[in-house]
Amino acid sequence: MHVEEQFTPKTWPEAPEKATLEGKNKFLGFWFFLGGETVLFASFFATYLALKDKVPKQGDLVSTDLFELPLAFIMTMVLLTSSITSVYAMYHMKNYHFKKMQAWLLITVLLGLTFLGFEIYEFYHYTHGLGFGYTHSAFSSAFYTLVGFHGGHVVFGLGWITALMVRNSKRGLSLYNAPKFYIASLYWHFIDVVWVFIFTVVYLMGMV
Amino acid sequence: MENQQINSGNARVDYEYRRRRNAEEMRHQVISFAISIFLTLVAFGAVLAGFDKWFVIPFILLLAVVQVIFQLYYFMHMSNKGHEAPQLFIYGGVIVGFATLLCFLTIVWI
Amino acid sequence: MSSIAQKSGFGATVWDFMTTVDHKKIAILYLAAGGFFFLLGGIEAMIIRIQLFVPDSGFVSAGLFNEMLTMHGVTMIFLAAMPILIGFMNLVMPLQIGARDVAFPFLNSLGFWLFFFGGLLLNLSWFLGGAPDAGWTSYASLSLNSQTHGIDFYALGLQISGFGTLMGGINFLVTIINMRAPGMTYMRMPMFTWTTFVASALILFAFPPLTVGLFLLTFDRMFGANFFNVAAGGNTIIWEHFFWIFGHPEVYILILPAFGLFSEIFSTFSRKRLFGYSSMVFATVLIGFLGFMVWAHHMFTVGLGNIANAIFAVASFAIGVPTGIKIFNWLFTMWGGNIKFTTPMLYAAAFIPSFVMGGVTGIMVATAPADYQFHDTYFVVAHFHYVIVGGVVLAILAATHFYWPKAFGTMLNETLGKITFVLFVVGFHLTFFIQHFLGLMGMPRRIATYLPGQGLDTGNLISSVGAILMALGVIVLLINIVMTSVKNVKVGNDPWGDGRTLEWALPSPPPFYNFKQLPFVRGIDTYWIEKMEGREGITPAEPLGDIHMPNGSILPVFISFGFFVAAFGCIYRTEQPWGLAVLIIGLVIAFGSMLLRSLKDDHGFHIPKSELMSDKDKGVRA
Repeated sequence: MHVEEQFTPKTWPEAPEKATLEGKNKFLGFWFFLGGETVLFASFFATYLALKDKVPKQGDLVSTDLFELPLAFIMTMVLLTSSITSVYAMYHMKNYHFKKMQAWLLITVLLGLTFLGFEIYEFYHYTHGLGFGYTHSAFSSAFYTLVGFHGGHVVFGLGWITALMVRNSKRGLSLYNAPKFYIASLYWHFIDVVWVFIFTVVYLMGMV
Repeated sequence: MENQQINSGNARVDYEYRRRRNAEEMRHQVISFAISIFLTLVAFGAVLAGFDKWFVIPFILLLAVVQVIFQLYYFMHMSNKGHEAPQLFIYGGVIVGFATLLCFLTIVWI
Repeated sequence: MSSIAQKSGFGATVWDFMTTVDHKKIAILYLAAGGFFFLLGGIEAMIIRIQLFVPDSGFVSAGLFNEMLTMHGVTMIFLAAMPILIGFMNLVMPLQIGARDVAFPFLNSLGFWLFFFGGLLLNLSWFLGGAPDAGWTSYASLSLNSQTHGIDFYALGLQISGFGTLMGGINFLVTIINMRAPGMTYMRMPMFTWTTFVASALILFAFPPLTVGLFLLTFDRMFGANFFNVAAGGNTIIWEHFFWIFGHPEVYILILPAFGLFSEIFSTFSRKRLFGYSSMVFATVLIGFLGFMVWAHHMFTVGLGNIANAIFAVASFAIGVPTGIKIFNWLFTMWGGNIKFTTPMLYAAAFIPSFVMGGVTGIMVATAPADYQFHDTYFVVAHFHYVIVGGVVLAILAATHFYWPKAFGTMLNETLGKITFVLFVVGFHLTFFIQHFLGLMGMPRRIATYLPGQGLDTGNLISSVGAILMALGVIVLLINIVMTSVKNVKVGNDPWGDGRTLEWALPSPPPFYNFKQLPFVRGIDTYWIEKMEGREGITPAEPLGDIHMPNGSILPVFISFGFFVAAFGCIYRTEQPWGLAVLIIGLVIAFGSMLLRSLKDDHGFHIPKSELMSDKDKGVRA
């Protein structure tokens, strides 16, 4: 089938993201990339765990001095909700409802921006309020690098989804851009998966 | 072939079947979402309740793993057909990642 | 637009290579760049051996010597061996599985240009204050204290190159899984394709730890972080673990494609199919898996404890078993075969004893208590050169001859090839065999000079003479290449006469779309089957139709250039006023080009059926 073919909800293939060879390749390639990212984040977690609470001298800021569970909880809820909203977007994509997909993607982006806002506030509070800067100790470097890399991935994901929404707003859904939306949504889920471990290992374990 | 077109010969029936199946999948996703929220609440609750750390830490890690499995298998469709290679490579990544984590928890300070 | 019309002229050729997404042209780029860096690494090696020719030599200063040995290692592994092997994988694997290109042609090009700019960045350090000087392993406390920017160039250069390699790995994996021709099941794939597959999986999982380690080094050196700063609670062993969690699989990434190349060469020139195909596949996968479980055998003397040392020692012994299976299978392939000692076959024959010697000294150093004597001596240097030169470099030299016609359409001269072989192999053994004994006599690694009268003089002299022979062998190879290119005698699709796999069914070099009609694969050694049945070409699997091909693009060059520029900004951020601005501009160029790529639709182009039929029609079946 030609990629620019026009469809109706009835003729739209049931797995549009894999209906072309290019879609199949992108699908597989992206999952493999996520496999590599699993190792990447595992390595950052390993570094964090090795350097947790390792500070130059007694009395320097450690995890129990810093983290606030209410904030971590809100951020978790926001990101988790953004994950389900992106699932809704894919549901509408499968049913060939372009406008509804775009709407749910927009909600996903807004929730993602909210999450980022909270995280920026949190980092600002630690650095300017508590004096817990990046160069403060080995622990601080490990914390900001792990959580910061996750935040960087969130920023990239938001940019990616927004670019897709803008770029395709006039084009509508096709077999050419369906895989693009699908793998962006996979990426977004993966970021949420990583966050589950972050809130568990960093914030919850930090307050035990 | 992973992309078998549903074909009963009747286009309307196929379409309705697909819509229903998509809707059912969506229901599964929402249930997964609810379970994820529940698991998150339990984890936060366990920490706030102040149990002994030798219980809490393995417990919340277990909850995290369970939640991630739900998210991988439902949100990311890893349970669906056609995901054998993704499963292989995610588990491969998990194995290498686990070896790294184990190393950094045991043999990094001498 | 006629898709086959091409402009001629130097400028057009340069533009063609800069924008190509054709796997065969990208392979040539990798081979050329890798070959160039191989010569650089060789010069660095010659300087090392000249310095060590006699005791108390003042040929180079100690500081410069440290830079030489560091750059020799980094260049040879990251900028020569890996790119050349990736070049062969790019050239041959899609042809072997009956595909028209790799899964992601644009990404393929991006992978090359990232490697190229990373390598360029690293080597510019020579002119910008000094090359990295903490060894190719760049252990954390030493590298943190290195006074020049060399280590910064190391960290960022390898980071950029590493992204390129990771992309290549993912590309090959998806290509092999999704784009095999009809009838090519996994167990009908040629061994070189299998080793490409497993090596690519290793790349996918081994490069992220290196990425993380390099980020930590970058953050510590350039942004004031404290990962390795013990005074602030940091830990230098973290670097060692990350480096070797990457570094050990890395050597399997190097050797597995080499094994694959030799599998092809052994069966082709024994005129016999590979013995024990299933066990070869199994052994390859097992080596790949075990390769991730042995890294701390590079760290036996760190003080990790007896239990850890024992576990890693035993795992390292285990890896010898599947490797041994492969060696026996190659020998059994030769046994009873009708052997033709062409240049590639000579290299293959030399590989067996050389690599096995390296393997057995590997078992010696894997024995943790014994390693306390071997560690950081020339014994280890001898071991790894035996496996890397005896394995990877001999494979590269063999494959250069073997696949030259497929890449360029000409054949390297056999006589000159045999002269290179003799000079190189004799020189190799002369250089490195004696180093086992130098190590046992106590000569440490990485020392810039040694005192006379300690029993080290003769050994080092012999070792350096061997290096001269290797250099002469390489020079003869260069002469061979120049002469072949000048004479430009074209050859047919199967110049060796005994080709067994699909790539030999295509013209040399293949047309840019590879196969007019995708081939129908009927078994292992597909082309051999067709030959034995008396056919000229391959049974097609589809009727002649329009062929869909990807468009070229200049964007990979811009993306890579952007990161290259950003690296400079990062390195000079704290000491030059333009640093931060350059960093930002570089990132804007890189990400902006990525955005540009994403915003356009790129559907490729079609070669109409009529153009395919107007080429000579022999072998075209409707």
